[in-house]
Amino acid sequence: MSVPLLALAGLVRRYQADRPAVIDGLDFTLAAGEWIAIMGESGVGKSTLLNVIAGLDRADAGAVRVDGVELAALDDDALTLLRRQSMGFVFQAFHVLPYLSVGRNVALPLALNGVPEREIRPRVAAMLVDVGLEGMFERLPRELSGGELQRVAIARALVHRPRLVLADEPTGNLDPKSAAQVLALLGRAVRAHGGGGLLITHSRAAAASADRAYEFDGRTLVPLTVP
Amino acid sequence: MRPAASITTALAVFAAQLRDRPLRLVVSVAAIAVGIALAAAVHLINASALAEFGRATRELSGTADLAVRGTKAGFEESLYVRLASRPGVRVASPVLLREAALVAGGTLPIEGVDPLLAAALRPELYGELAGLYVALLAPDALVLSASAARDLKLVRGDWLSLRVGGLERRLQIVAVLPAEATARRMGLMDISSAQWLTGSVGLLSRIDLRLAPGLDAARYAAELQLPAGVDAMTPALEQARAGNLTRAYRVNLDMLALVALLTGAFLVYATQALAVMRRRRQLALLRALGVRRGELRLAVLVEGAAVGAVGGVLGTALGWLIARLVLSLQGGDLGAGLLQTATTRVATPPLALALFIALGIVVAVAGAWLPARRAAEVAPARALKAGDEEAPAAVRDRLVLASVLLTLGAGCAFVPPLYGLPLGGYASIACLLAGAVLLVPAFVAATLAHLPTPRSPLLALLLARLRNSIAQSAVSLAAIVVSFSLMVAMAIMVHSFRDSFERWLGAVLPADIYLRVSPAADTFDLSTAAAATLAAVPGVARIELRRTTQLSLAPAQPPVMLIARALPRSGDSLPLVGYPVATDPTLPVAFVSEALRDLYGVQPGGVLELPIAGRAVRFGVAGLWRDYARSTGSVVVDLASWERLTGERRYTEASVWLAPRAAAESVRTAIEARLQGGDALQVIAAGALKQRALAAFDRAFAITYALEAVAVGIGLLGVVLAFAVQALARRAEFGMLRHIGLRRGQVLRMLAGEGAFLAAVGVGYGLLVGLLLSVVLVYVVNRQSFHWTLDYIVPVGQLALVALVLVATAALTAGISGRVATSGAVVRAVREDW
Ligand SMILES: Nc1ncnc2c1ncn2[C@@H]1O[C@H](COP(=O)(O)OP(=O)(O)O)[C@@H](O)[C@H]1O
Ligand SMILES: [Mg+2]
Repeated sequence: MSVPLLALAGLVRRYQADRPAVIDGLDFTLAAGEWIAIMGESGVGKSTLLNVIAGLDRADAGAVRVDGVELAALDDDALTLLRRQSMGFVFQAFHVLPYLSVGRNVALPLALNGVPEREIRPRVAAMLVDVGLEGMFERLPRELSGGELQRVAIARALVHRPRLVLADEPTGNLDPKSAAQVLALLGRAVRAHGGGGLLITHSRAAAASADRAYEFDGRTLVPLTVP
Repeated sequence: MRPAASITTALAVFAAQLRDRPLRLVVSVAAIAVGIALAAAVHLINASALAEFGRATRELSGTADLAVRGTKAGFEESLYVRLASRPGVRVASPVLLREAALVAGGTLPIEGVDPLLAAALRPELYGELAGLYVALLAPDALVLSASAARDLKLVRGDWLSLRVGGLERRLQIVAVLPAEATARRMGLMDISSAQWLTGSVGLLSRIDLRLAPGLDAARYAAELQLPAGVDAMTPALEQARAGNLTRAYRVNLDMLALVALLTGAFLVYATQALAVMRRRRQLALLRALGVRRGELRLAVLVEGAAVGAVGGVLGTALGWLIARLVLSLQGGDLGAGLLQTATTRVATPPLALALFIALGIVVAVAGAWLPARRAAEVAPARALKAGDEEAPAAVRDRLVLASVLLTLGAGCAFVPPLYGLPLGGYASIACLLAGAVLLVPAFVAATLAHLPTPRSPLLALLLARLRNSIAQSAVSLAAIVVSFSLMVAMAIMVHSFRDSFERWLGAVLPADIYLRVSPAADTFDLSTAAAATLAAVPGVARIELRRTTQLSLAPAQPPVMLIARALPRSGDSLPLVGYPVATDPTLPVAFVSEALRDLYGVQPGGVLELPIAGRAVRFGVAGLWRDYARSTGSVVVDLASWERLTGERRYTEASVWLAPRAAAESVRTAIEARLQGGDALQVIAAGALKQRALAAFDRAFAITYALEAVAVGIGLLGVVLAFAVQALARRAEFGMLRHIGLRRGQVLRMLAGEGAFLAAVGVGYGLLVGLLLSVVLVYVVNRQSFHWTLDYIVPVGQLALVALVLVATAALTAGISGRVATSGAVVRAVREDW
């Protein structure tokens, strides 16, 4: 049996000792190449879950394994390296650096991974084509619309072909039409680049674009039947 | 996987940001450059002046191994005969130094030497003389240095008229030395002609000795058994003595420059710290994307080092230019009158220049160190969440460190001087300042906590915003606290000094007119006969005569001034420190200055031995007097005792009291006309003398004021920058406020109010800290550097004015930067989330 891409076992995250745990004993596995959607009420702990998986936040109990590697065993530097090489992020607030061109924003993960400059340009250009931003390499973020900014962020999350993409309400700041386009694009792009991952969303339509959908209640991920 | 890739990527991101917002870069570089430039300029001016001083000293004694020197009056020629015949002495060259008054006005230093002996010791200077040996045998033959010939517009063959003891003497220029021989303005004569011309037959000023090879000059000097008042020095010692004279003053200037540098460094720190706070999300994003903590810290440090290197190079270059400008304008003594040299050359020591550039880098890296640590510690998950703000600083952790520093600072104030320097005082100031800065957040928090919640919603919003951004405010306030408190401390010290000085002048100058035989001239004597003439001038009610002379009490120390004047045993009419004490009634009394007590360990009630008339005379020390004129020590004795001991009836100074209704100016002119002293005699009204002394004081402290102004300017720059940067960073917030219905004017007023409030808090706190520091400056640093005490006086009006200007400027800049930040695109401001 192959090692799952992501395995959570008895995961607990508690912010304050006198308050109930936000994540309370969650078990879950994700196979490589799987792209799933997670829904849930606001404040239930979805972002917390993503942060713990990304190694940006520590679990209080239980284990997170990425490709069979237990995150608790890694120090901060090793976790950082893991993120650099194997993970891609899409944030609700885009977080595109305003003073770098679109192309340079997308190129960041490649540069961090030491990819030579002559390889970076063609890879970024190709990635921009994939997200529908062909020829926008030199444009500055302030000249772009919200939908376009989020496409830049998606390109940045995928350009280094991470195995695990983590997207936290990527359409939360977008109008419905742009949101639908971005979600369709995200699903397609993740699959096209051979990755898998978790998409947190409020939109049922978005959830439908994933392989599977779950409802998170803090303790368990309950499978949703896609209509 | 090369770790370098992620660092260079982070640096590329930083560089892109600096290109995008170049203002921050410009200000950081400018801040460090100004700080370094000041430090470098003051240091280079001092170094140039001292180098010139050293050159002049070396020129005086040439390649001699030992210079035997007496006081200005000179010593008996018989010493020369004794020394020249001693075993171990190869060459002994006698020298007479005199200042001759010129009939055409001004004076000319005259050096009398034996041409052949002098040429053996110093061929570059006296080599020419050997060839002129025969010509110099004529009693009226004079050789001029190139600069003297240029200055007096004389050439070979011309005649020069001097005034000696009321008589006119003519000398013929037999040669002019080439310019390479010496830069000094002087005349050279055969020594016996010079002795005869200046009425110094049988006297010498100096004997230069060349010793047999292998002899230790310092040890040989100790065995010479010289008469009292004469000592032997190696050239190195002589230079050290010149350096000693001015060291405390120079160290103070260097420290002042360092203060400017520190303030500059603080601005760099504030700039960096604010930049890191503002870039929280960018840095957090880099962490999320895979830049390791250490790599991010290193990147921020490298950025700081780069800024420091650019600032250091620019600042050092600027400092060199300033030094050149200052030296060409006013010479090397920075107005203190201590180092009178004619240098216009800037010393360019490569090591020192490299050191200043390195200092720029070190300061910038140190300034970036804390921000770098914070940058690396940013929790990415939290910083990337919308609506995140810098958390209030952990105020508690700093209280412990702050109290340690404050206690240490208080302790250092009681450390005695080290190597004659107030190092403990400086350490105390540094510790107190650092401790006080650490307490800034606590002070701001406490102030804000005690404000009542205002009724006006606008003010309430303002207060809430301030309470939520204590960490940011504290950083920008720290710069103003540092610069303002140092300014307050220095202003108090200088003001106390000036005030005490003015009062002291009143005490030591009670008469109406003062006469002084120019200390440089030896051609006019205020003899008993002259004194009688003076007393007979119409309008003169009473005169008092004084005799001043320099005594050497210890070879490595600068000479001490002896003042002989009419003096009751109680010391009445002297500005005393404390009360006179009883002394051995069989001994004559002496009052010593505070400097003399500190430097030679002489206490009131003790006995002081002074070398007078060739022997050691014991005096009972009856008290301490305050002497602001001489920081190297002085002693006052009764004129009658002096006359009894020396048998001399010649004086150097006189005070004149006017008869009722006599006009000072007409009496002054009458005195000048009667005494015929020419340029060698100064006759000055008391008012003019006081004015001249105060003008000299102000000139000496002009550099202090300039540096102070720059320090405050740098602090203000920091505040302006902090407000500008914060206003820009808060565009989204302003956009939101405008959206929910605040008028632009209201937003601007809110910002101005915030600026004024923060500046007022900073200025108030800075004032408290400054008062604390001023106590250390007045009672420790000043006391240990100059050895005199001051009355502590606070220039309330001056400080209030500066405080007001600072607060107004802060409010104005906050408003202006708000205007820029709120101009135009309200809609875009809300959308741009960072
Ligand atoms: N840093 C934190 N400290 C304390 N509580 C937090 C922190 N972050 C999130 N929480 C709490 O944890 C719960 C889950 O938050 P979050 O994971 O952001 O929810 P979701 O993303 O599902 O809306 C919320 O109740 C929130 O208040
Ligand atoms: Mg969330």
